[in-house]
Amino acid sequence: MEQRVGAGVQLVDRRKTRLRRRLSPYLLIGPGGLWLLVFFLIPLFFMASVSLQTGNLFEGFRFTWHFANFSDAITQYHVQFLRSLIYGSIATVATLIVSYPLAYWIAFHGGRHKTTYLLLMLLPFFVSFVIRTLAWQFILSDQGIVLGTLKSWHLLPQNFHVLATSTAVIAGIAYNFLPFMALPVYVALERIDRSVLEAAKDLYASNVKVFTKVTLPLSVPGVFAGVLLTFVPATGDYLNAQILGGTNTTMIGNIIQLKFLQDFDYPTAAALSFILMAALVIGIVIYARVLGTRQIEEYV
Amino acid sequence: MSVVATTEPEITRVERPPARRPRRRWTRFILPVYSAIVLFYLVLPILVMILYGFNNSGFKRVSFRWLGFTTEWYRKLFAIPDLTNSLKNSLVVATVSTLIATALGTMIALALVRYRFRGKSTSEFVMFLNIAAPEIVLGASLLSLFVTFGVPRGLPTIIIAHVMFNIAFVAITVRARLAGFDREVEEAAQDLGATPWVTFWRVTFPIIFPGILAGGLLAFALSIDDFIITNFVAGATQTFPLWVYGTVKVGIPPQVFVMGTLIFTVGVIIALVNVATQRRKAPRAE
Repeated sequence: MEQRVGAGVQLVDRRKTRLRRRLSPYLLIGPGGLWLLVFFLIPLFFMASVSLQTGNLFEGFRFTWHFANFSDAITQYHVQFLRSLIYGSIATVATLIVSYPLAYWIAFHGGRHKTTYLLLMLLPFFVSFVIRTLAWQFILSDQGIVLGTLKSWHLLPQNFHVLATSTAVIAGIAYNFLPFMALPVYVALERIDRSVLEAAKDLYASNVKVFTKVTLPLSVPGVFAGVLLTFVPATGDYLNAQILGGTNTTMIGNIIQLKFLQDFDYPTAAALSFILMAALVIGIVIYARVLGTRQIEEYV
Repeated sequence: MSVVATTEPEITRVERPPARRPRRRWTRFILPVYSAIVLFYLVLPILVMILYGFNNSGFKRVSFRWLGFTTEWYRKLFAIPDLTNSLKNSLVVATVSTLIATALGTMIALALVRYRFRGKSTSEFVMFLNIAAPEIVLGASLLSLFVTFGVPRGLPTIIIAHVMFNIAFVAITVRARLAGFDREVEEAAQDLGATPWVTFWRVTFPIIFPGILAGGLLAFALSIDDFIITNFVAGATQTFPLWVYGTVKVGIPPQVFVMGTLIFTVGVIIALVNVATQRRKAPRAE
């Protein structure tokens, strides 16, 4: 008898906990979810709405389904759009080429000082993005420590410039986002089971074969994550073009920033951002569908 | 048994130097040298920043030329009121937004790890989108919202924006640390009569605290450094990165590099302490 009463009490208890279990995830996710809804998702709709408005700052803007904002934006700024995509792509490939061997070396030959090398690799993140870029301006400037010295030794002609060229902008972007590529690649390489590599060697695969047939394929998820994490901010960036570039290196980010904050031409700016977002988000979603978001998040 | 039998000859084979080794001797230096060059390339701008903080340019703007060593700018660190003020703003924004984002992000992480519920995969996808979306779009869309409702831009809007981009980062960081959490400890506490509230603060929180701390530090670092989104929602308010950006056209005071050096030093010290404590804890975990 006593046992049965105990069971009844447990049943009520269990029902209570079950209700709590059903409600608690929503209570936990509620505040943060609401914040993201109001300040991340809903603003995207307002951006879409602003992009279809007409008017100006003094007379006010009105929603008029003005789709011409989009066609005007594309005809006027397709050069900058294209340039952003090209710069972003070149910078992403450059970071991959530069960081893969480094990540490989740290993962497989880092030895006891692995953590130290990793910290060195991530060191740029401890310096403000703006200051990092400014430092490159100093390095690449005509009278700076590198070019100035080389010129005074007559190793470079006096009229040699790097600043204000697309090379400077792409190099700056590649530098600033390199750890975004290097870290996921490193994580993927580090995860590879060493016994698999041993097995390949035991089966008389040459070092080159081990790399191309085993290591490289196993590191591909990290490379994919790195490409996403690098390409998106690289394409949307405008700071590098602003500080290291000139008039011929303007990216779409510069235009959006200018239209929003200086010209107060909100509709055009919103239309441009919307196109950029659509292009990148469609790409991201396809990318995520193919790879799975979890797989990319693991490397963030 | 057969496994042991097959592996043993292999070990002896590895110990014997491979026949091809002498031919490849110089090539094994390629990778370390390349890596050293890349690491130097990564560190170079930091060295430049530290160096130019000591450049005796003689006037109030850093010159590209090296004009001798001085510690003057360290002594006159707070001589520019606007710079000091912008740094204060940055610290306020980073502190407040980190506290809010860490609390909200930790709650999301708890919900995602512990419960199965309708809308879970949607929330995960929204967070993924939030991290993957280009910053310029986040800034532009938030500004569109503020413009539409005529919200004046200033410190509150900056804090709103920073919490928005930090929540997902905190949630993912904490979730990763929650994965190995042993729930039986909580059940034990509740069996001993602890209320859920007491269980959380006395049992769960201390265990997941390292994860929360990691998430919070990440949020603080992202917040204090953010330029792109802040530039859109700041109005006339200046944060440290915005102020530095503003000086590019008129000339950069050397104090900017000094401030950068000091922030860098603090960040590296925190990272080293973090690594050291993790190393100390590692043997105990085993």
